[in-house]
Amino acid sequence: MTLIIGITVFVLAAFIGFEVITKVPPQLHTPLMSGSNAISGITIIGAIVVSGRGGGILAAVLGFLAVAFATINVVGGFLVTDRMLEMFKGRGGRGGQT
Amino acid sequence: MNPELAAVAYLVAASLFIVGLKQLGSARTARRGNQLSALGMLIAIVVTLADRNVVSYGVILAGLVVGGSLGAVLARRIEMTSMPQLVAAFNGFGGGASALVAAAEFLNVVDLPLETDVSISLSTAIGAVTLTGSFVAFGKLQGIIAGRPVTYPGQRVIDIAIALGVVATGVWTVSAGSPLAFWTLAATASILGVTRTLPIGGADMPVVVAFLNSMSGVAASAAGFVIGSNALIISGALVGASGLILTSTMSKGMNRSLANVLFSAFGAQPTGGSAAGPSEDKPVRSVTVDDVAVTLAYADSVIVVPGYGLAVAQAQHAMRDLADQLEARGVQVRYAIHPVAGRMPGHMNVLLAEADVPYEMLLDLDEINDDFDQTDVALVVGANDVVNPTARDDEGSPIYGMPILNVDRAKNAVVIKRSLSPGFAGIDNPLFYEDDTLMLFADAKDALEDLSKAVREA
Repeated sequence: MTLIIGITVFVLAAFIGFEVITKVPPQLHTPLMSGSNAISGITIIGAIVVSGRGGGILAAVLGFLAVAFATINVVGGFLVTDRMLEMFKGRGGRGGQT
Repeated sequence: MNPELAAVAYLVAASLFIVGLKQLGSARTARRGNQLSALGMLIAIVVTLADRNVVSYGVILAGLVVGGSLGAVLARRIEMTSMPQLVAAFNGFGGGASALVAAAEFLNVVDLPLETDVSISLSTAIGAVTLTGSFVAFGKLQGIIAGRPVTYPGQRVIDIAIALGVVATGVWTVSAGSPLAFWTLAATASILGVTRTLPIGGADMPVVVAFLNSMSGVAASAAGFVIGSNALIISGALVGASGLILTSTMSKGMNRSLANVLFSAFGAQPTGGSAAGPSEDKPVRSVTVDDVAVTLAYADSVIVVPGYGLAVAQAQHAMRDLADQLEARGVQVRYAIHPVAGRMPGHMNVLLAEADVPYEMLLDLDEINDDFDQTDVALVVGANDVVNPTARDDEGSPIYGMPILNVDRAKNAVVIKRSLSPGFAGIDNPLFYEDDTLMLFADAKDALEDLSKAVREA
């Protein structure tokens, strides 16, 4: 992949991000923060790639830490966001999905 | 797996993130939105595990199990009041992971092209700053590290020197390609994360956490350039944008610029000035629980203004009970939520949701501020600076220009507070001395429980 294509993708995605997230009301900013935080755990893909190709001890240690850190971010982030949103209830009661 | 097929799957994952974030925009769809994002992540992970270049699974499995259990335990055990520090910690792990990905790539692959070396340096520098900065923020929010700003002579110069050091070691890493250069870069960036976060006061930490959230996204994007993955670049950019928006929302709510938050060591010295002094001799109307109960019970409309003090006292449930009592008597009850109520944007909404307060009752500053004029009682619990009229009326006030809730315009204001001590900004609040302000000096939880009882009997 060439650098310029990567930069193009980055800039366009940032614009989408601004567009989508500007519309999130303040009442949902905490779940937004922890939910987007979980998405930044996407670096887990990089962690899997670099630790999956084998190598020496150093590679194994770095790979293990990278996967573990990213997984904490992903699993913890999505779970805690779900836990919060489950509590957001309207007057009708029941869960956030109603 | 076929690379084209994998690319399509990554595109699906990225699209799910975007749709998921969009659905987070409404309380009705937010939970499903988060689940869609999680599904996108699952797809991305499974596809990557099936990648033909992934040949050894031992290390990956160990990392997934250890990280997954730690993350799950943290997510389940955490108190809702501790949400800011949890997000800070998760940010740190994300940033750290991006730096580690760059490290593994750099130390294991020879003859990398120039642009990859540049991406590696960026990913490492941003990831390392995010890692250490987030953990200092975590420490301050958790009370492990002193919350006050840490300052020392020559701080500005030393910080600039370290920042230049990061740039220099980055250039060195790219040009020499040596492990020594790389580790020096990682170490310098880690130090920068610590020295840049220490001087920022505890009350400003939420802004810092939002900013580090943005940085963790940018670090993931940089890691995407390192391994040539559009999925990482897109997702990282989304998070980078989201973090920036939250950072600016939070700064605006405090009437400060991001630069001011990051560099001014606000709160290092008492703000002092003419406003702080002469309060003691002014009279206040100190009242009893029964007085307040009567005022509330015979009101037509009440707006509750909750502050972080409410959450600290764990008084959300007591608040909700009182609101139920009042509603049962036909009183209209609504909550006015200031943008910086709580310890992060939207935090108060989560804390009240935990106490089963329906989200329709919670209104933003813009939605409710004009209604105070026609409201009988504004009940302020554990909030101070966000209801200080000097922010609106007194150009000499240190917080002049900060958006406030117009509590002073309600027919009566009731303030539940332990004492007349000033809030975070260290300035006196004239609201407390107004004729139609009733001061109830008590612990928030005790006061609200007593009020519930008194209203029931009124």
